[in-house]
Amino acid sequence: MIQPPAPVGRPELRTVYGAGPAKVKVDQLSFYYGKFQALHDVTFEIPEKRITAIIGPSGCGKSTLLRVLNRMYDLVPSARATGAVVIDGEDVVSTRKLLDLRQKVGMVFQRATPFPMSIRDNIAFAPRLLGWKPARIKEAVTESLERAALLDEVKDRLDEPATSLSGGQQQRLAIARCIAVSPQVILMDEPCSALDPVATLKIEDLMSTLTRDFTIVIVTHNMQQAARVSDFTAFMLMHPEHRYGELIEFAPTADLFNQPQDQRTEAYITGRFG
Amino acid sequence: MNRTSRRSYTSFAWLGVMYLLTAFALIPLGLVLWFTVAKGLPPALHIEFYTNVFRPVGVPGAGIKQAIVGTLMLVGMASVMAIPAGILGGIYLAEYGLARWAGWVRLASDVLVGTPSIAVGLFVYAILVAPLHHFSGVSGSVALAVLMLPIVVRTTEGSVALIPNGLRESGLALGLPRWRVSLQLILPAAAPGVITGALLSVARASGETAPLLFTAFGNQLLSLDPTHAIQALPLTVYQYALTPYKSLQDQAWGAALVLVVMVLGINLVSRWVLRRQIALAGQL
Repeated sequence: MIQPPAPVGRPELRTVYGAGPAKVKVDQLSFYYGKFQALHDVTFEIPEKRITAIIGPSGCGKSTLLRVLNRMYDLVPSARATGAVVIDGEDVVSTRKLLDLRQKVGMVFQRATPFPMSIRDNIAFAPRLLGWKPARIKEAVTESLERAALLDEVKDRLDEPATSLSGGQQQRLAIARCIAVSPQVILMDEPCSALDPVATLKIEDLMSTLTRDFTIVIVTHNMQQAARVSDFTAFMLMHPEHRYGELIEFAPTADLFNQPQDQRTEAYITGRFG
Repeated sequence: MNRTSRRSYTSFAWLGVMYLLTAFALIPLGLVLWFTVAKGLPPALHIEFYTNVFRPVGVPGAGIKQAIVGTLMLVGMASVMAIPAGILGGIYLAEYGLARWAGWVRLASDVLVGTPSIAVGLFVYAILVAPLHHFSGVSGSVALAVLMLPIVVRTTEGSVALIPNGLRESGLALGLPRWRVSLQLILPAAAPGVITGALLSVARASGETAPLLFTAFGNQLLSLDPTHAIQALPLTVYQYALTPYKSLQDQAWGAALVLVVMVLGINLVSRWVLRRQIALAGQL
């Protein structure tokens, strides 16, 4: 499916070949917190139903980029974005249908954040508030737990508090909760950084099965994880002078790790800095 | 004496000082409770104390029913006014309150917390009692609500602000409107602190005398009409304790005990009713 790449180093990285249709098109995106510029001129396309990893050292803007994709930055009053992020023809940056956008673009966070309620209610919470019928909610609970590979472990204890689950289970619950509202894109912000290796492996396995239905974008500071799970990788770096984050290189993961086109990418993946 | 043993002696001595000072701090609490129970229990053991109203000195079977009912009405009405508004205000400050306007709201509620309660009573007298030409339960409960409001606002703000941002973001990331996340996710998560704040305000309002002096005014008879003067337990304590009659003074102690038990009871019952939410939120 993925053809040998037209190598994509910085200025020419407008299109990725062999990726299938793009789900998210990030076009000349810059982002500011007040006067501070956090992202500069980021352009790339996230392919549909693939896993795209965003890697880079701390402070390179990778989490910021992820948070632009579902407008999570709206919570910060001084934050502002220029450029465009187009999902299904709709520009995220300028959309007025914020709630629809967030339903379409779900997010899983570094800390699992179980809601203070039962396992069942954690998943049913959003569907209930969205006014779904009880039968549909019930179905969504089972189905999303199943798809998040958690159903077998919790099916006898759905009414227990979600906080009684282990860290890895809580994270899969967060994924189930996210799936329940039928998103198309799932953003994951370092979803495994608080988990042990076994739990991490389970999440990674889960991610690859999820690509049947979802487009996944994962931010990770763990290069091995990016290499293991992702189909495409974006490497970001903080500009040494202006201190904003830039996209250095975006390519199919195997190519980015085996034949990086930019010497900064090579320096990073070979561990010479970052 | 070598260094290690000197250190452990020093540590021991300071630990002792801390225990001693803690005990000192507990002495007033213990004494207040002891006197209230010891002096209040004899009159409070009679059933007439709860079923009868005021009777002149010398007439047996006097009770404080009018004060118990009055306090429940006053505090109940004040809670209905102050607690929802205070919780919403606190959520606003914690969740949305970055603007300069929120700073003023914070300052105002801080000032209000420190305002002498008698000044609040005078204020309500000026805006409600004087124009309407009579004392009333409503004006008393408005005065109590004014005192409760800032307590609820600030404790709610404090406990909502402690909720990790990740919970808020997780809710928003599901495509839920922000107000629903605030009210239906963040508020339940902050429940233990919010409930404590609300109960603190109820306890404070239940014990207030000064703001009721020229609002609810007091009533020797039972009145269920909130537009008329009504009695309250702290008013009873205040009025009876100032009389030279031992029987009324005993009733004042009894009323004080009833007040303490009532506040304790409200506290325990609310926590029991909301126990599941408190337990869930406590595990966050």
